[in-house]
Amino acid sequence: MAKQVTLTIDGKQVTVPEGTLVADAAKMAGIDIPVFCHHPKLEPVGMCRMCLVEIGRPVRDRATGQFVMENGAPKIQFMPKLETACTNKVEEGMVVLTRSQKAVEGQKGTIEFLLTSHPLDCPICDKGGECPLQNLTVAYGPGKSRFLYDEKMHLDKQVPLGELIWLDRERCIQCARCIRFQNEIAGDPVIGFDERGRATQIVSFSDPGFDSVFSGNTTDICPVGALTTSDFRFGARPWELQAHASICTQCPVGCNTTLNTRREAKSGGRIVVKRVMPRQNEDVNEIWICDKGRFAYHYTEGKQRLTRPMIRKDGKLTRASWDAATKLAAENFQKAKKNFVILASGRLSNEDLFNLKSLAEHADGKAYIYSHMGGGELTSLVGVGEGTNFGSMGAGTTIVVVASDLYEEAPVWYLRIKQAAARGANLIVMNARETKLDRYASFTVRYAYGDEVKAVSDLAKKGKIGDTFLKSENAVILYGSDGLGVSGSAALASACAKLLHDNGFTGRPNNGLIGVWGRANDQGAWEMGFEVEEDLAKAFKGKTVYIAGADPVADDPKLAKALEGAEFVAVQDVMTTATTEIADVVLPAQAFTEREGTLTSGERRVQRFYPAVPVTGEAKADFAITSQIARHMGIVLEGTSVSAVFDILAASVKSFEGLTYARLAEVRPQWPIVGRSDLYYGGTTYENTQGMGAQLSAAAGRGEKVSIPKVEKEALVRPKEKELLAVPVTKLYDRGTTILPSELLHERIGEAKVILHPETAKSLGVEEDQKVSVSFNGVNGEAAVKLTDTISVGVALIPRSMGLAIREPVAVKVK
Amino acid sequence: MAHILLRHRDIPDIHKLEVYKKNGGFAAFQNAVTRMKPNEVTEVVKNSGLRGRGGAGFPTGMKWSFIDNKNWPHYVVANADESEPGTFKDREIMESNPFQFLEGVAIASYAVGANAAYVYLRGEFWQIAAFLDEKIAEMEAAGYLGKNLFGTDYSLKIYTHLGAGAYICGEETAMLESIEGKRGQPRVRPPFPPSYGLYGKPTIVNNVETLTNVPLILANGAEWYKSMGTADSAGVKIFSLSGRVRKPGNYELPFGTTFRELIYTYGGGVQDSRKVKAIMPAGASSSLILVDDEKVLDTPMDYASVRTLGADLGSASVIVIDDTVSMDWLINKTVHFFRHESCGKCTPCREGTYWMSHLTERIHEGRATRADVDLLLNVAKQMQGKCLCALGEFSTMAVVTGIERFRQDFDKVVKA
Amino acid sequence: MSLAEKYPKEVKQILAKYPPEHKRSAVMPLLYLAQREEGYITKAAMQDIARMLDISETDVASIVGFYTLYHDKKEGKYRMQVCTDLPCALRGADEFLDNLCANLGIKVGETTPDGVITLEAVMCLAACDKAPVFQTQGPDGIKYHENMTVDKTMELIEALRKSSA
Repeated sequence: MAKQVTLTIDGKQVTVPEGTLVADAAKMAGIDIPVFCHHPKLEPVGMCRMCLVEIGRPVRDRATGQFVMENGAPKIQFMPKLETACTNKVEEGMVVLTRSQKAVEGQKGTIEFLLTSHPLDCPICDKGGECPLQNLTVAYGPGKSRFLYDEKMHLDKQVPLGELIWLDRERCIQCARCIRFQNEIAGDPVIGFDERGRATQIVSFSDPGFDSVFSGNTTDICPVGALTTSDFRFGARPWELQAHASICTQCPVGCNTTLNTRREAKSGGRIVVKRVMPRQNEDVNEIWICDKGRFAYHYTEGKQRLTRPMIRKDGKLTRASWDAATKLAAENFQKAKKNFVILASGRLSNEDLFNLKSLAEHADGKAYIYSHMGGGELTSLVGVGEGTNFGSMGAGTTIVVVASDLYEEAPVWYLRIKQAAARGANLIVMNARETKLDRYASFTVRYAYGDEVKAVSDLAKKGKIGDTFLKSENAVILYGSDGLGVSGSAALASACAKLLHDNGFTGRPNNGLIGVWGRANDQGAWEMGFEVEEDLAKAFKGKTVYIAGADPVADDPKLAKALEGAEFVAVQDVMTTATTEIADVVLPAQAFTEREGTLTSGERRVQRFYPAVPVTGEAKADFAITSQIARHMGIVLEGTSVSAVFDILAASVKSFEGLTYARLAEVRPQWPIVGRSDLYYGGTTYENTQGMGAQLSAAAGRGEKVSIPKVEKEALVRPKEKELLAVPVTKLYDRGTTILPSELLHERIGEAKVILHPETAKSLGVEEDQKVSVSFNGVNGEAAVKLTDTISVGVALIPRSMGLAIREPVAVKVK
Repeated sequence: MAHILLRHRDIPDIHKLEVYKKNGGFAAFQNAVTRMKPNEVTEVVKNSGLRGRGGAGFPTGMKWSFIDNKNWPHYVVANADESEPGTFKDREIMESNPFQFLEGVAIASYAVGANAAYVYLRGEFWQIAAFLDEKIAEMEAAGYLGKNLFGTDYSLKIYTHLGAGAYICGEETAMLESIEGKRGQPRVRPPFPPSYGLYGKPTIVNNVETLTNVPLILANGAEWYKSMGTADSAGVKIFSLSGRVRKPGNYELPFGTTFRELIYTYGGGVQDSRKVKAIMPAGASSSLILVDDEKVLDTPMDYASVRTLGADLGSASVIVIDDTVSMDWLINKTVHFFRHESCGKCTPCREGTYWMSHLTERIHEGRATRADVDLLLNVAKQMQGKCLCALGEFSTMAVVTGIERFRQDFDKVVKA
Repeated sequence: MSLAEKYPKEVKQILAKYPPEHKRSAVMPLLYLAQREEGYITKAAMQDIARMLDISETDVASIVGFYTLYHDKKEGKYRMQVCTDLPCALRGADEFLDNLCANLGIKVGETTPDGVITLEAVMCLAACDKAPVFQTQGPDGIKYHENMTVDKTMELIEALRKSSA
């Protein structure tokens, strides 16, 4: 623990760790020092001069180094000038006056200066009501300005920095929080200041503008209404909004969010989500979320939502009652006996998955997870467990990222691992191509696609890299599916698990295996005992299939064909999909915004989400639908209360043992202090009042004997002449069903692409942006060529869910 | 008296390496590198009483002794940004006596253990930078720069770096940011450059004139240097004389020379034989010295004496203002300069200079009232002591002293 | 054509001045190089420099915007930058500039119709004892012109016009 320092602030004795800034020390002691440029997550810059205070330091005797005493107390010498509380570190015996006449005048002066250039448009400003400048003006300002209104500088008020973020130049107070966030935290220095003096303005020269997946965070920490999102600007006033705790369902990070809702006329009098905001969880996402999490929620409110159960009659889907629909499903499931197959995705909650898995077990069917990645059973054995937190990783910890482009697949993990590396963690990035995380790596390992397992197996033997890995106190490995299909990733997981297990990096906090899954609750599905099936087409053929939260028909023509040949198909989803179109029975599910439940993140943290808006139509929660079907089959599954399902789950799934639904709602004090009434401090991020979740134990952590099954590596695909090796990669913004309905993101999603090395393109005679035909394994499609020299020659990268159904490495023809 | 800094005025062609060498050039550097320990060099400079000539007057040897020897590598940066209105001394040194300056850079580098030094020139000194590059190349060819100098293991490279039009880069931390390829905005101090400087490494930043003193101090000893000037201001100083004088220019004189001597003996007196109304001893950043009494002109120009007049000697860029000039016009000029040069980083300077410029314009154009003058004074004072660096503070000096010491000039132009 | 292709020697020299891990330092000299021919810095040049130094294009643009000697728009071939700061103004710089404007028939900030001269008022040039003074910023770098008169200036402008024709 850091050395403690005691000082006095406004007469109050405060003890804080050495190195704490005066502004933060005051905050910890409940004393507010107003700030604008200061943000506890950013390096201090002392620019805005808002936090001016008087600082006195004890006088020391030059010879002895002891305090000089005066009237029985150390003699304090005050500096002649006011000082900034945000740049001065605490010192033993320091005396700080934040409300002395001199300090108050200094603070008043800064507010007056800031307002000389600030417009008087609070009544139409999006930030009004949660605006630090507004709040601090009321609390610390001079009340009126002596500046002539006519002499105000007028500047552009609607400047798009990109299509997602807008700048109002007049409102900007040049605190640089946004620029510093992008530089220091996101590592995307794509916005900056142009010009200087009063003409200083924020600009972005990237293409596309403000090219960062973290851009929305700048609107949260902007202390004025200068930066707003295209999604929310002019959308609502902050005081009209209700706040509901939620969990982001877009990736395995499990960012804590707050859904802001209001009832509004333009939505037909319905209560709707107006924006998604980060909710503080320093163990998960701190106070950040990525833009996908912030902007992709629109699918929950789209026109394509399913509102009532349907049954196919005379070849057409027609409206049915819940009873009729579930009965029809139940009859067919029962009839199928061993030919009953459940396919569920990680979009569902733990409770939904648990009921589905229970149904499969009772009915003698199979339960498959819809995933392009394998190896999940190993994360239950040697996965990370209780106490694991990227925020606490630094020197002594090795973080290995293999076959994953974290910036695209799990942005907040990228951000937090980058920060861990900055604190001294040993970051090893292994991939067949360059990824953004390479920049922060201590070591990068480049292998050829197909050599993933070998690269991992050899890691410990690899000279300096191996030494640093073996000498680490802790090690985590994040493995993904960059260039890999189900069996490839399963083999990789096994190699990673073995490496960790053999070297004692399991069963302790900050040790173990993490899967970079495609969906938010894939980890949950693995914990429930779902399996992955590589050849789903075969698994569907002639079977009775119950699909929940997945759209295989749109994803893959082969699966579409297989389902045509299925005996019976029941589909349960939030919205109309290509798969619901071919279903025999369609069961409308509630969106995560409409219900409660829990999700298990990739770090194996179980977290609760809460209902924010009323249910759409007759939709029901997935677990309840499954329960209703089960009842018709004579199987009893809890179907009324999520917490009851959770209790049953916790009693039956070993890794959940000891968890209760209530415990997931517990919170503890976090630093920095955010939210509350003084929004100026951490921005408009929400304080966590509804739960920080709990981490599961892993078998290795429970002291169980663990043996890592060896997974045979598949034979490498060998492209023939005139063929390339095509591998699947993941893009943050793809054409997936939970993203595409958000029109705002369409520019970033773009079209189907095939990514080639310039030399490959040259030998094929194709150019950048050219439309080419791509064919592999019976798939024929079109895609635009994109060139990069960060990949190998002879390889074609094909992004998943962008229109070309690639599931594993294949030989491809590009023309 | 022979010049110490402007030696080209006595020795023709001293900008040629052979001539410089013949006049004792590089002997001090060679002696230091081959016979002295770095801290002994620092000690001599400390004892000489040399103070920084850039404006702040900080003791040079003491600054060198602050270099953090636990953190390496070290750098030396020569501040040749010379942008203060009224200052044009460093330019003459570099144009005409370049080797003495570069030898000073070299000695400073040896004293603080730097193997690389940068000369940061303002962008307008494009030609001077090219000239210095030639001189540096000549020194390299002659074995005064480069690897293993004089057969020791000490190596040194000197590089020029051109600014591009930003007064603020004369502020040492803004200059470091600029060399790092960033916007020239000042850093929060502390930490100071001797512990956290260029690329985060210990760095000594010294003004051109300061460094140009060093070779002769080393050659002739600290006592020799101290024998010139006054007790608190040792040695000689180049006074850049400008404004309403007959013979503006650089005059190298011992500290303690009076304003009268500078203006009348050297500067040939005031144009059109007008009366001196005010003096700005430190360029546009200066307080305005009120010359309401002839005796003021007899004040010796050293750090302590000038302070008694309510001003600082600073860079000794003496701008003479005669009685044809009205102060409302003058501060309108200076405020516009600072508004243009404010980097925009801190609020009081960015907003304050903008606000002040509106007020000085309004006053100068006769659109203001007495209350506006009071407001201007108040705004300037509201900025004081609050800014991130000295630029903001400097912008208020002429305003405050102009209004307080020459109020009648303002009363004349305001509306009733 | 990239800067490195166009000026291989200069680029190499510039990069050699700074520690390789701090090559960002080279941004200012490289911007001068990029500005040499056209008198302003194109977006393509900024991209080129950003790539060369491994920094963002926004970082480069933000440097261009901060320093007054970099330009991102095409103006006259020569920028004639007259100092009108206090010491020069005390020695007649304002009148000099007014007369020059009248002679050229343009206002401060404007360019002569033949595109040769853009007239600008600038801050102190460190030549206060040699006012009126201006610098010309053009393809051959920056040059000082001291103790100027309007007549001498018009002669210079004629010479610049002839060499530009």
